[in-house]
Amino acid sequence: MTTAPDAAPKPRQNRFYFRIESLVVLVVLCIVMTLLSPFFLSTSNILNILLATATIGVLAIGATYVIASAGLDLSLGSVLGLSAVFGAFLVDRLGLPWPFGIVGALFAGFAAGYVNGQLITRLRIPAFIVTLGMLGIARGLALVISSGQAIYGLPSELVYLGQGRPFGIPMPVIIFFLVAVVTHYILAHTKYGKHTLVIGDNEQAARATGIQVERHRRSLYAFSGLMAGIAGLIFMTRVNAGDPTAGLNYELTAITAAIIGGTNLFGGRGSIFGTMIGALIMGVLQNGLNLMAVQSYYQQMAIGAVLIFAVWLDQFNRKVATR
Amino acid sequence: MSLLELNGIEKRFGSVEALRGVTLSVEAGSVVGLVGDNGAGKSTLMKTITGIYQPDGGAIRFDGQEVTADTPGHIRSIGIEMIYQDLALAPQQDVASNIFLGREPTKTLFGFIPGLIDRPKIVAEAERMLQRLGARVPSVLSPVGVLSGGQQQSVAIARALTFGPKLVIMDEPTAALAVREVDHVLDLIRELKRQGIAVILISHRLTDVFAVSDRIVALRQGQIIADEVTAETSMNQVVSHIVGS
Ligand SMILES: Nc1ncnc2c1ncn2[C@@H]1O[C@H](COP(=O)(O)OP(=O)(O)O)[C@@H](O)[C@H]1O
Ligand SMILES: [Mg+2]
Repeated sequence: MTTAPDAAPKPRQNRFYFRIESLVVLVVLCIVMTLLSPFFLSTSNILNILLATATIGVLAIGATYVIASAGLDLSLGSVLGLSAVFGAFLVDRLGLPWPFGIVGALFAGFAAGYVNGQLITRLRIPAFIVTLGMLGIARGLALVISSGQAIYGLPSELVYLGQGRPFGIPMPVIIFFLVAVVTHYILAHTKYGKHTLVIGDNEQAARATGIQVERHRRSLYAFSGLMAGIAGLIFMTRVNAGDPTAGLNYELTAITAAIIGGTNLFGGRGSIFGTMIGALIMGVLQNGLNLMAVQSYYQQMAIGAVLIFAVWLDQFNRKVATR
Repeated sequence: MSLLELNGIEKRFGSVEALRGVTLSVEAGSVVGLVGDNGAGKSTLMKTITGIYQPDGGAIRFDGQEVTADTPGHIRSIGIEMIYQDLALAPQQDVASNIFLGREPTKTLFGFIPGLIDRPKIVAEAERMLQRLGARVPSVLSPVGVLSGGQQQSVAIARALTFGPKLVIMDEPTAALAVREVDHVLDLIRELKRQGIAVILISHRLTDVFAVSDRIVALRQGQIIADEVTAETSMNQVVSHIVGS
C-alpha cells in the first residue's frame, strides 16, 4: 500500500467494534460501587445485576439495530408489556398448552414491530411518530387484554424460563447471552448487519449499490419487535405473571444502553458487544442506587440524565474528531 | 445493436420536467462525453439508467435486454456501474467495505453457520484494486469519512471497476481533484476504452471531455441539443450548444 503524504488518523483496529470508553466507565462504576457497598461484589448481587440487565439488554439489542440504521423504536417498553400479557393470556385465560406462552409472547412482539415497519416504509410516516403511536397502542392493548389486571399463575415449564437456574445461572441471563451472541454475529459479520449499518450511514449509497433499503428497514422493525417479545417472555416468566404495566419506560433505559454502548444516534455505527456493556452499565447503576436505597424516582432521573450526557459526549467527540 | 439504447426517456419531479424525451445510444467500448449546464438533467438521466429513478416514459435497453425501471441491484449485476457526483460512500464504514458495498462475498463459519462476510478476501481484493489503480489511500481499514476528496474518489472508482462492468458512468469525477489526479482519471478512461469498456463521462471541463471522448452529447433543459463526433466538432461549437446561443 502506498502511504498518503498527509498522515490520516490511524484506523482503529477493534475486533468487537465498541467504544473502549464505555468499558472504562463500567469498570470505574464497579470500583466505586464496591467501595460504597461491601455487598456489591457478592455472587448473589452480581447475579441480581445480570438478571436485571437481561430484560433491558434484550430490548437494547432491538434498539441498537434500529438506531444503527438511523431509525428509532420508542415502542419497545410497551411492546414488551403487550407480549407478556398476550403470552400469559393464551395459557392462563384460554388454557392453551404452555408452549403457546412462548409463541404468543414472541408473536405479539414480532407483530407489533411488523406493523411499525409497514407504516414507516409503506406509508412513509416518520419512525418517531409511528413508534410513539405504537407505544400508546401496545400499552392500551395490553390493558384491554388483561382487563387492567396482571394475569397470574403460569405453568411451571414457563416459570422455569424466568426463575430456573441451571448450573446456578438464572435462565434469563442464559437467554440474554445466547440472543446477544447470535445478534452480535449477525450485526458484525453478515451482509444483513453490514447493510443495516450502511443504510444508517448513507441511505443513498445503500440504494445506489443495490441494497433494498425499504425491505431491509421493514425487517429491522420486525426484528426489534421480536426482541421486545423475547424481553416480554423473560419478564413474564420471571415474575410469573402477564403484567400490563410491564416494561413501563424501559425504552428509555434500552435506548440509553445502546447509545452509551457506542451506537451512533444518527446511524451507521453500533455493535451488540458495546450494547451489552451499555446494558451492564445501566444494570450496575440501578443496582448501586438500589443498594444505596435511592428512591426509584431519582433512578429515573439518573437514567434520563445519563442518556442526555452520553449523546452530548458523543457529539462533542465528533466535533473534536472533525476539527 | 448498441450496448445501451435510451428511447424517449421522460422524467418529472412534480412540476419540473427534468427529462423530455431523451434518445441516445452508446456503443460498446466507446467514450461518450455528456455535457450541459447545471440543471440540464445529466445526473437525472444517468440515475434513470441505474434504477435510482423510475422514468415516467420511454424505454431503456442494455446488451439487448429490456431494463427500464429495473432495480439498482439488478442494473449493477448486468454490468452498469456509476460513480455518483456525491460519490455515494458510507463515511463510517472502511474503504474495503465501501468497495464491496452490496456485493460482499460470504463464506461459512465452522462449516455450518452461513452468511459470514469474507473479510480477508474483501481486504485483500480492495488493496489489490487500489494498487492497480495507483490510488494513494492510507489503509483499506480507514473509515472513508476521514479521507481526502481525491482519496474518496479513488474508492468510488475502485468500487465501480471491481466487478468487470461493461459500461461505467462517471458523473463529474474530476470536480474535486487536483490536476495530477485529473490526468490519472483521464488515463484510466483511456485504459477502460482499450479494454472494451464503454464510458459515459459527465464533466464541466470541456478540455477533459475533448481529450478522451469519441462523441459529445449536449443536454439542455432535459433534451438532447447536439450529438456530435468529437473529432468533427470544436470547443466553441460545444459551448454554444450548452449555453444555447
Ligand atoms: N430528486 C429531485 N427532486 C426534485 N427535483 C430534482 C431532483 N433531482 C433533480 N431535480 C431537478 O431536475 C433538474 C435536473 O437536475 P440534474 O439532473 O441534477 O441536472 P445536472 O446534473 O445536469 O446539473 C433540475 O431542475 C433539478 O432541480
Ligand atoms: Mg449533476
